[in-house]
Amino acid sequence: MKDFKQKLRDFLWRARNTIHFSSVRTTEFFQRHHLGFITRWPGWLKAIFYLAPALTLLAIFTFYPIFNSFLISFYTGYNIQTGEFDGYTFLGNYAVVLQHANFKQAVLNTAIIVFVSVPITIIVGLLIAVALNAVKPLKSFYQTIFFLPYVTNTIAIGLVFAFIFSGNTNTIANPVGLGLANQVITLFGGKPIAWVATGATYWSAMTVILAYSVWNGLAFKIIVFLAGIQGIDKQYYQAAQIDGASRSKSFTRITVPLISPMIFYILITSVIGSFKTYSSVVAIINREGLITTGAQGSINLKTIVFYIYDYIGGAALNGVMSYASAAAIILFAIILVFTVIQLQVGKRRVHY
Amino acid sequence: MEIRLENLTKVFTDKNGRETRAVDDLTITIPSGKLVGLLGPSGCGKSTTLFMIAGLFKPSGGKIYFGNDDVTRLAPEKRGIGLVFQNYALYPHMTVRQNIMFPLENLNIGRAEATTLVEDMAELVGIGDQLDKKPSQLSGGQQQRVAIARALVKKPRVLLLDEPLSNLDARLRLQTREEIKRIQRETGITTIFVTHDQEEAMSISDKMVVLDFGVQQQMAIPQEMYTKPDNLFVAKFLGNPPINILEGKIENGKIIIGDNVVIGAKDVKDGIYDLGIRPEDFKFDINGFKVDTNDIDHTGRDTMIRFPMGDVIVRALVDSDSVYGKNSIKLSVKKDKIHIFEKETGHVVL
Repeated sequence: MKDFKQKLRDFLWRARNTIHFSSVRTTEFFQRHHLGFITRWPGWLKAIFYLAPALTLLAIFTFYPIFNSFLISFYTGYNIQTGEFDGYTFLGNYAVVLQHANFKQAVLNTAIIVFVSVPITIIVGLLIAVALNAVKPLKSFYQTIFFLPYVTNTIAIGLVFAFIFSGNTNTIANPVGLGLANQVITLFGGKPIAWVATGATYWSAMTVILAYSVWNGLAFKIIVFLAGIQGIDKQYYQAAQIDGASRSKSFTRITVPLISPMIFYILITSVIGSFKTYSSVVAIINREGLITTGAQGSINLKTIVFYIYDYIGGAALNGVMSYASAAAIILFAIILVFTVIQLQVGKRRVHY
Repeated sequence: MEIRLENLTKVFTDKNGRETRAVDDLTITIPSGKLVGLLGPSGCGKSTTLFMIAGLFKPSGGKIYFGNDDVTRLAPEKRGIGLVFQNYALYPHMTVRQNIMFPLENLNIGRAEATTLVEDMAELVGIGDQLDKKPSQLSGGQQQRVAIARALVKKPRVLLLDEPLSNLDARLRLQTREEIKRIQRETGITTIFVTHDQEEAMSISDKMVVLDFGVQQQMAIPQEMYTKPDNLFVAKFLGNPPINILEGKIENGKIIIGDNVVIGAKDVKDGIYDLGIRPEDFKFDINGFKVDTNDIDHTGRDTMIRFPMGDVIVRALVDSDSVYGKNSIKLSVKKDKIHIFEKETGHVVL
């Protein structure tokens, strides 16, 4: 072991020297080939030089598509293969998208996910972080447990949820092989529910999606909140204790304001993230986002991103891509409005 | 409110099971309405003692009394204390007004009454015009006052200050020192403060307690502690420049240093002792022992002379006039200013 450590140290020493020599040689190379002027560039120019590879890729794969989809949303009869289009329309595509019943349903679904799951995750995450900070024995063990969902694959968690909430009209009638959720319900004398399969209702399926969203987002929020809480000086709590503040009061008056920058950051990122929900619906329901309920038709659980993808799927037809672009721009506008509102509220409420 | 600590002990145990006795069998009585300084070097247990009085630390043994109430097991908020932390611990997200108001929010006081209390208190400590600022917008001295106001606003029985001046610059320190003394006089509240700065402790406290390794060394009024230290530690700890400690012997009531230098007389049993002489207790004397003046520092009014005496180098602080331009002078020690300590225990011999 000692021998190994020594070898490792030698290796690191040599590696560091090699890196140093090669950097010296690079400089020599530059100077020999009359490229020495690069080393005398002003700082901002050098910075752009270093950023160029990333900026190029971002420009091709992010900035151009954003700009382009903005343009496409104003075209009529756009052909994605030839790039030809019949003409321009000002808000025609937007009007089509906004009047579409499925889009209204998608906005409703997304709004429910955003406004229910985000507050629940933040509150639950905060409480768990406070509890984790308070435990003394097995502290890191508990922390590891609560961080596990963060390193677990989204679809894997989705599969586990699918098993927990399994059960359809047939298996409920004949209670064999029910999922954990239904087993717990029967244990307390309730009737098993078809959560997401045939026989499900809108709200039963939505409940599972919400539970999944909360669980899936919890770990990261706990990490951020815990880091924030651990950064608070213990003396504030001692001072509050001497000032006669109860536990709950020092939580609301000291902990929450002092980690308000973290809460604010989490709030903004998770509202944006929830507006873009797609994979949780795929993981819980299916790739269609629809639960077919026989003769009555189907339950629509598509989110806005789902709706956009559906259009992209049918984009072989001229003009359909413009609908997808319009929907994407609408989603962008919604997110922008909510973020601006939050930033305005944050200016007054967040203590840095 | 008189505070009594009886056999107070605090033992900290670290992860490896090693024990540290931060406070060891401390028994002191702090008189009512006085400003008492707990003084000692770093790690002597003075802050631990303060936190035990505050209730933030649970004592390992012993009792704490406020008047006749045993508060040893009482939670901090029920003890009726105000505590000013070393770094003030002002809530950074609240304004000064909210900071001072915070203790009142927990007390079932009407809003109007609380507001007047806060304003009165801010007036008392002299920050009446800063109430709507955040702590980060205030200077160190103003933050200190806010912390004192927050501690005092709920009318505590005892005010505790943890190193109240250590975060201030020299000029502010002097000003705040006087301010604390004034506030204490005006409110008449029993106040305990902790410090490692002897000058600070001597200048503001009515009574001083010196601690070392969690053990009380001496409790007295400041000047008395300086002139009559109980033991070697107190003698060494107080005074700047520090006291000279040298080995000497007593023969037939004469105090002798080295082979034959007689520096005084004291009716004590013959033997070897540690002698303590404060630098300012040397005086110019035509009948004294001769001292070379080649190692001297002029500091204006006084001059510091360093010279060998017995086995050690001794510092003496004498009048500049008597040294100026001379190669050697004769010195003696002022009468009854030699402190004699037992060699083994360090206790003073009277």
